[in-house]
Formats: sequence, C-alpha cells, structure tokens
Amino acid sequence: MAKAKKDNDWNLAPAPESTGHVKIDKKYDLFIGGKFVPPTAKKYFETVNPATEKILSQVAEAGQKDVDKAVKAARKAYDTVWSKMPPVERSKYIFRIARLIQERAREFAIIESIDGGKPIRESRDVDVPLAAAHFFYHAGWADKLNYAFPNAEVSSLGVVGQIIPWNFPLLMAAWKIAPALACGNTVVLKPAETTPLTALKLAELFMDAGLPDGVVNIITGAGSTGQALVEHSDIDKIAFTGSTQVGKMIKRSLAGKSTRLTLELGGKAANIIFEDSAIDQAVEGVVNGIYFNQGHVCCAGSRLFVEESISSEFIRKLKHRMDHLILGDPLDKNTDIGAINSEGQLNTIQSYLEAGEKDGFEMYQSNVAVPKKGFWCRPTLFTHVSQSSVISKEEIFGPVLAMQTFRTIDEVIDKANNTPYGLSAGVWTDKGSKIFNLTTKLKAGVVWANTFNKFDPTSPFGGYKESGFGREGGLHGLSAYLKITG
Amino acid sequence: MATRENSNLEVMKTYKLFIGGSFPRTESGRYYPIRKKNGDLLANVCLSSRKDFRNAVVAARKAQSAWAGRSAYNRSQIIYRIAEMLQQSEDSLVQEMVSLGYTPKNAKEEFDYSVDYLVHYSGWCDKFSQMHSTVNPVASSHFNFSNPEPMGVIGAFAAERRALIGVLEAFVPAICGGNTVVLLASHKLPTCSITLAEILAISDVPGGVVNILTGEREELLSHFTSHMDVNAFQIWDASKEESFVIDQNSTENLKRVRLYKSSIRTRLSPYRILDLQEVKTTWHPIENISGSGASY
Repeated sequence: MAKAKKDNDWNLAPAPESTGHVKIDKKYDLFIGGKFVPPTAKKYFETVNPATEKILSQVAEAGQKDVDKAVKAARKAYDTVWSKMPPVERSKYIFRIARLIQERAREFAIIESIDGGKPIRESRDVDVPLAAAHFFYHAGWADKLNYAFPNAEVSSLGVVGQIIPWNFPLLMAAWKIAPALACGNTVVLKPAETTPLTALKLAELFMDAGLPDGVVNIITGAGSTGQALVEHSDIDKIAFTGSTQVGKMIKRSLAGKSTRLTLELGGKAANIIFEDSAIDQAVEGVVNGIYFNQGHVCCAGSRLFVEESISSEFIRKLKHRMDHLILGDPLDKNTDIGAINSEGQLNTIQSYLEAGEKDGFEMYQSNVAVPKKGFWCRPTLFTHVSQSSVISKEEIFGPVLAMQTFRTIDEVIDKANNTPYGLSAGVWTDKGSKIFNLTTKLKAGVVWANTFNKFDPTSPFGGYKESGFGREGGLHGLSAYLKITG
Repeated sequence: MATRENSNLEVMKTYKLFIGGSFPRTESGRYYPIRKKNGDLLANVCLSSRKDFRNAVVAARKAQSAWAGRSAYNRSQIIYRIAEMLQQSEDSLVQEMVSLGYTPKNAKEEFDYSVDYLVHYSGWCDKFSQMHSTVNPVASSHFNFSNPEPMGVIGAFAAERRALIGVLEAFVPAICGGNTVVLLASHKLPTCSITLAEILAISDVPGGVVNILTGEREELLSHFTSHMDVNAFQIWDASKEESFVIDQNSTENLKRVRLYKSSIRTRLSPYRILDLQEVKTTWHPIENISGSGASY
C-alpha cells in the first residue's frame, strides 16, 4: 500500500505481515459446554476489517436462551469439575493455555490487527505477549491463594460473567479469564461485537488445551447479550470493562442483589510535564500516552498539562513528532497508527473534533494522508483548551489530545484531579521529591512517572472514583475473584 | 434519678450533633425524645436534616487531606488517646448505657470491648499498609509498587442495637486509614455517640475527621447514598429495601458500598481498614547504565 505523504522523510517501503498462514472461518458459533453450538435463534452478525471495510466472518448472536445455556454449562463445570479439582491441576491447565498462546502468537496478533484495526507492531509486541503472560502469572497463583491474604480464609465465588471491550480484545479476555480460573471460578465471557474473532480463536485453543467442558464459555453478541448475562439469576459475579455509562447501567440493574461486581471503566488521564523533565523523552511519552492503539485506551493520557515556561518548545516538538507517525495498513510493520475500530467510533471521535473546533480551540492534525477505504483519524492535538470544555472533560476514546498549561504544582494537581474519572495519570520530571509529591496526590489507580501506558500481569490495574472499582492483576487483583473472610 | 434530693437537682446534659469539631444543634430545630426504662426523659436528641448531613460532608472533606497527610504514627497515637479518654469515662458511659436499657453486665462488657477495640486499631495505623503493599516484579525495567490509600469521605450508618461499639465500628477502621467520616448513630440508642463525640473532642482528633449525627435512617439514607462528594458508604444490618436504595443511589458517583452485620464482638481485622482503601500502583523506569549490571 503506497502512502502519499506530504511531508515525511521516512518514505519506508511497505512491510506487510503475511496473512497466508491465518485461517478465519466464514461462520462462528457459540462456545458453550466445550463445543461450538449454533445460536437458538439462528441469528448471526458480521464482523468487518475496519481498515478495509471488508466482511471477515459471520458471528453468532447469543440470545437469552443461549446465555442461559452457557451459565448452566458453567455452573455444571463449577459444581462437578473445577471446584473439586486439586488446585495444582487447575494451575497446570492455565499454564498450558499460556504456552499454547505463545506458540500461536503470530496468528493471534494478525487476527487481532485484522479484526480490530490496531497496528501489528502493537498486537505482536504488546497485546499477545501480555495475554500469554497473564495466563502464565495467574496459573501459578491457583495453588497459592492461601498465602495471598494473611490470616484470612479464601474461597472461589462460583460462576463469573465477564463482559469485555473492543480495544484490547484478546488481552482483556486474558485479564478476565486467567484470574477467574486461577481462583477456582468458571466463566461465561462476552467479547465485544466488533472484535469477537480472537476470543473465538481462544475458544479453539481451550479445546486444544483439554480444558474441561464448560469451564470457560464464550458467547458473542451486542449489548442485549451482555444485559441477559448481567440479569441472569445464577451468576455469582459480574466483571465488566467498558464505558462508565454502561458500567453504571450494570450496577443499577444489580441493585439489591448479592451478585458481586467489579467495574473497570473510562478515564481522562492527566499527563503532566514539568520544565525540568527530559523533554524529548516526555514528548515520546505523551505520544505513546495518547496515540497508542489509536487512543482507544481507557487509561490514555488524553489531558496534557505542560508547565508554561516550556509550552511553546514542547508544542513544537510534539507536532514534529506527530508528523512522523505513520498512519495506515495495520498489518504493515512500520505502521504507528492503525484504523479506528468501527465506523460508529469514528463518528463519535469526529463529533468531538467538531465540538473542539466549535469551542474555538486551535486544532492541529498530523501531516499525513489517510487511505480512502476504512475508518481513520489523524493524530490530533488541541492546544490551550479550557478546563471546562467538552474535549477536556469527556472521554473521547480516540487519538485526540487536549492540552493546557500550568504555572504551579498546586494548580496542576487541582486541575488533574478535577474530573470524575480516576484511572491513571502521568508525571514527567527529573526531580524525585516532586514525583512522589504528585504520585501521592493524584487521585488515580495507576500513576506512571517518567513513563506511560505500561502494563504487566503482576501490576494491579483499576480506577478511583467513576473509573470503576476493583483491581485486575497482581496480588490485589485476586480479591476480585475470591471470597475473603478475615 | 431525676430528683436525687430536692435541694440538689441534677443538671441534665443537652445532646447535640458533632460537626467539624463543634457541637451544633440541628439546623432543622427538630428533636426526638429518648426515655429511660421508667419513662423519665433521658434526652431530647437532634433529629438531623439533609442540611446537617451536607454541612458534615463539607467538614469531613475539608479535614480529609490533612488527616491523611499526618504520619501513621501520629494517627496511631490519636486513636490510642481516644482509648485513654474513653477509659476515664467508664463510670458515666456505663451508667448511660444502663439508662438506655443495658444490664450493668452487658454495659460493662461492651464498654471494655470498646476500649480494647480502640487499642487494637490504634496499632494498625502504621502496620496495615506494610502488610498490604506490594513491590511488583514487572517484566520490564521499571520499579513498580502498589499501596493502599484512603478513599476519602466515608458515610456510615452505625449498628442499631450497639450503643457504643456500633459507633466505633462505624469510624475507627476508616480513620485508621486516613479517611474522614460522617456517621449516623443508632436511632434507638443515640446518646452514647454524642458522649463519645465529647471524648473525641478532647482526644486530639482534628475537627471534621469524625462527624456524628443523630436522626432517622429512613430520612437520611437517600441523602447519604446519593451525595456526590461521599466516596464510600458503609452500613450495619441493612434491610433488603435499604440495600436496594443504597445500590441505586450509589451508582451516580460509583460510591463504594460496604454492608456488614453487627455482632457483640465485632471482628478485629485489618481487612476492615482495607475495605475503605483504594490501591494505587506507581511505575518508574529503572535505568540500566552498563553491561556489567551496575546501575545508579
């Protein structure tokens, strides 16, 4: 794919990843009780490649009856197999899954990029290796849970319903499934409707791993499928990652019930740059913070705060860096910015761009041509926005950065915390005492100092305030899938 | 006891609210009577309003960051100081519990346990975070750690049938961990909460860290659970109807909700402190300077 660049020294030859090895079926059924079964209502929906708008496959839409079947399968597996199994055996299954993902990493990375639009460099180097690492890390917990919470008794919860978003489809499945299984629960997982393929491939992998029937069930569908799962009477726990709006709907619909709930929701993270920071590294960190995965990241550093004394230099360097981001074919190994996940999301992002311009803020978009087919958005920067503007308050979930300046530490802490969200934050300075001043005062579940958007299975992830509750990953994340009496 | 001797009329205490370190009456001017077993009036206690609650949240929010910013050692000493002040009030508090209908034996038992409870949690202030923080061995070259932080302002409904320990449960683990609290005392047994407030006022507890209201659960529940500047809500012995309202109302700002059952000997556990903590994870790169493995 030839890129028509207006001003870019890096005229790299295309380096597309070969897809010959990868097989996507024409049609996918629901994975219930250890096998693929057609949906009761015989309804299917399309999943498309957002970079080409080509249809990739037909995927089953699970209705209420299918959800019920899946929950029953999970209950049966919990009662008869999984809760009775010696923990070390459980552990071995999960280790096996980790290994199988590593072996099939390339295939998973390609499908992730085709179905979701993210650059192959990210799916290959981030999503898939981290997914394998999550299974590997949690596998080892299965027979050590008694050591995690001193002087407390721990036990599994039962059947867990999990609903995941489209921005990290395989990785989110791993974040959800691995700890749930390690803690002795069985699972009904619903992937997002625009990105179901890697989860369905994962189902195939579970069969290869010999995972007992019904321990994990994967049901595809849209919001109504998720709702049926949430409202099912035999679910012990719901774990949801997605928008704050949907998270609140789920919490309301569980009101008065004993179903446990953890929510990992939206964010509007502050990324704070002090004048004494290593500026070039900070520019790189800001770019990684907001343009990674097209900005489809709940913890994206979408609010940039730059100390006034360096703001013009910083903006100049940032724009220069933005101009060198390569946008295009997600399967090209040189690509930095892939396709927007869906047409709907592209429309949402564009409405925010219009809102920002209407508010009179200066908008800069990187100097790059976009392909004719598919869904694309140039890396975008709004400079000197107001604290109360829509683009600095609401989560856009796209490659759109809203910048403000500040003069004092107190001012920037107030501005950074002045949001209902509290998922993540970033601080850039070479002064250690300043870092700890900020990292202790920022109200966010994850704080990156002199780095951004780093993830690890050993590192707990989750938000304060309206970014949700509960943690995923690390020792603390285990508590989301255990009953702890202490 | 109302007239011990004709020549020496007892001076009865006015029970007020405890907000921001002061003892105001309810702004609503409303009250409800608490009577002894024999029907004599023990006190007219305040029937708090939504406005009283909102004032208390303002006081609690104002006090929170400074309280969380104190050293754990200092918070520990202040909670120990509460135990000291409580101990010296034994006679009057046990007497008050008896007036509320406790047997002398039960009153003494709950009182003694209350002192022990404070001493126990005093010691947790500078230990629970050590036990529940982690340094996480991430695969990349970063130093990564997770530690508990206070949620902020906690709303609480104390246990209905425990005059003294019920009040302590509703705020002690919370303030151990750097939170501030607005609590509603038992409706039937409210007076000990205000006597305890008088003890807090001489125990070096900064104003606003603990705020105590008396009144009706039903009237105040929706206000406690829907207030946008309250980070978490905890309640003892919630009914089904109450827990539905709590879940519905707490959704708007995703208030953390904790439901507990009361017991005579409430559990002593650092997990009660952790129930009101957020986990924060911090990352920083580690620079690897040379191939020999040395770095600064």
